[in-house]
Amino acid sequence: MTTSEVTDRVPLPQTRPAPERRTRRVMGAGKQMHAGPVTYIVLTVFALVSLAPLVWTAIAASRTDRRLAQTPPPLWFGGNLFKNLQAAWDQAGLGTAMFNSVLVACTITASTVVFSTLAGFAFAKLRFKFSNALLLLTIGTMMIPPQLAVVPLYLWMSKLGWSNQLQTVILPTLVTAFGTFFMRQYLVQALPTELIEAARVDGASSLRVVWHVVFPAARPAMAVLGLLTFVFAWNDFLWPIIALNQQNPTVQVALNSLGTGYVPDQAVIMAGALLGTLPLLIAFLLFGKQIVGGIMQGAVKG
Amino acid sequence: MTSSDQALAHAASSADAAPGSSPGAARGAHGRGTPPEPDSWRRRLYRWDMKASPYAFISPFFLIFGAFSLVPLLYTAWYSLHDVQLSSLDHQTWAGLDNYKNLFASEFFWNALKNTFTIGVISTVPQLLAAIGLAHLLNYRLRGSTVWRVVMLTPYATSVAAATLVFTLLYSWDGGMVNWLLHFVGVHPINWRESDWGSQFAVSSIVIWRWTGYNALIYLAAMQAIPVDLYESAALDGANRWQQFRHVTIPQLRPTILFTVVVSTIGATQLFGEPLLFGGISGSKGGSEHQFQTLGLYMYDQGWIIGNLGKASAIAWSMFLILLIIAAINMLLTRRLRKSQ
Repeated sequence: MTTSEVTDRVPLPQTRPAPERRTRRVMGAGKQMHAGPVTYIVLTVFALVSLAPLVWTAIAASRTDRRLAQTPPPLWFGGNLFKNLQAAWDQAGLGTAMFNSVLVACTITASTVVFSTLAGFAFAKLRFKFSNALLLLTIGTMMIPPQLAVVPLYLWMSKLGWSNQLQTVILPTLVTAFGTFFMRQYLVQALPTELIEAARVDGASSLRVVWHVVFPAARPAMAVLGLLTFVFAWNDFLWPIIALNQQNPTVQVALNSLGTGYVPDQAVIMAGALLGTLPLLIAFLLFGKQIVGGIMQGAVKG
Repeated sequence: MTSSDQALAHAASSADAAPGSSPGAARGAHGRGTPPEPDSWRRRLYRWDMKASPYAFISPFFLIFGAFSLVPLLYTAWYSLHDVQLSSLDHQTWAGLDNYKNLFASEFFWNALKNTFTIGVISTVPQLLAAIGLAHLLNYRLRGSTVWRVVMLTPYATSVAAATLVFTLLYSWDGGMVNWLLHFVGVHPINWRESDWGSQFAVSSIVIWRWTGYNALIYLAAMQAIPVDLYESAALDGANRWQQFRHVTIPQLRPTILFTVVVSTIGATQLFGEPLLFGGISGSKGGSEHQFQTLGLYMYDQGWIIGNLGKASAIAWSMFLILLIIAAINMLLTRRLRKSQ
């Protein structure tokens, strides 16, 4: 009669997603062809263009403002990196900004993943009135630019006395249409309907089904959605720069202040850009494969 | 794992127990034989749960969407018909269509619309073309294919703000990397921030840099889903690699291309962060001559720098209407494409 009994009877489903097998079978386009040297050369050029601005950010951040104004521009690292990072951390408020951004991005990520999985599950596997229309509406909402909401939101937040507080940037993105659609697309094929039915037969309530069947089956997609949402939340720009200011900034708000002359030292600005990007670069280093997989997966089905 | 699988299969096959059984009765192997209590509160609760849970699961999304998108969208329309000033938020006086009249009479609005279109085209077209080419290369059997893909995606990890700060420095007039590199091929220093096309090109290049890899991955995913026998039969017909790319890959990618065009168009219409930061202190004006002021930037400038939130609302709704027109055109084109096939 206890929870553990139900857990035992509803086994963890195979979490390997089906699409991988499918891709391997159809293995299209040039996949069968080995790349020639020309391919590698062109790819290297693309890779250099992708990485060079980032490497150069680090180079510029290790120089002085005066050196950056001289020709030719520096091509190798100087000795001022830590001094500039320190300055960006203290003067541009990047310390507070990093803390705030971590808080905001983690909250948004956790909530988006959970609520998107719930909604995605409902759209994928449950039958209810207007489900198709509501799903279409969900997809349609992705077309609405954020500009359409910011004026009223700004007015309301000031009336509530919330201006410059973090909940103003957290609340509007607690769950996204993209996340809902992403989870729906995944669960449609990754979650066998029989598994839910079996749990139902055992008398599991909807919440138990979610906890013991849906979440385990959705775990790989939840991880990917979490990474994508974190990137999105960390980089969100328009609403944060309206709702927050330099007194209590996120990283993007602090970088915006840097760019509009808050600190006139170019080397410090570059140190700020480097600091603000570093968490995501580390995430890409650790989970790059999963992020790439997530984007490609979303694409095929989307 | 296997034994519980069997238990599940058993539970599913004994269908007679399934529909009528109350939740409590079926729990545990020994409970299966017990007859269900008729119409107990549990059973009612269970039925209610089945009916209500889908709505409960989707409600967080629709609540958030309603409160922070749909209602604000309507209020934006309402405010666009009012005089709302940042300095006195509580005083909103009815203004009819004044904001719109004001807007359409302003040369800066048309300038912003033109810039949004130009920058949109010179950032989207090269970006998507490069992305298709890159995807084609990534689709070969590569050594370290994952590493290549992650590297191409790293610009996507860079925020608009960070990327623009870096590019602004790269494009600076004296001592900038771009002008220094150009002098090797005999080009005189270009004033990237002040010139018309130079600034628009520079802003576009930031967009291209950040999004080419992302779009390439989307195309790559679509390419990998193309059935391999299409290529085999094309090869049997004597098609070389280029002809295969032209006559098999591109037609098969058509829905994906359409999808990326739509997404990029939506993104281009809202373009905001890149021109704002590229302009430095005069960022919200889009340069000294408004040479790279986009609609998104114009709205921010009118709303939060000048402080006319009513006019900003009118700009926002104009953007929305433009997007709806684009969506309609897109739908017509898609339908015609489908008919012609």
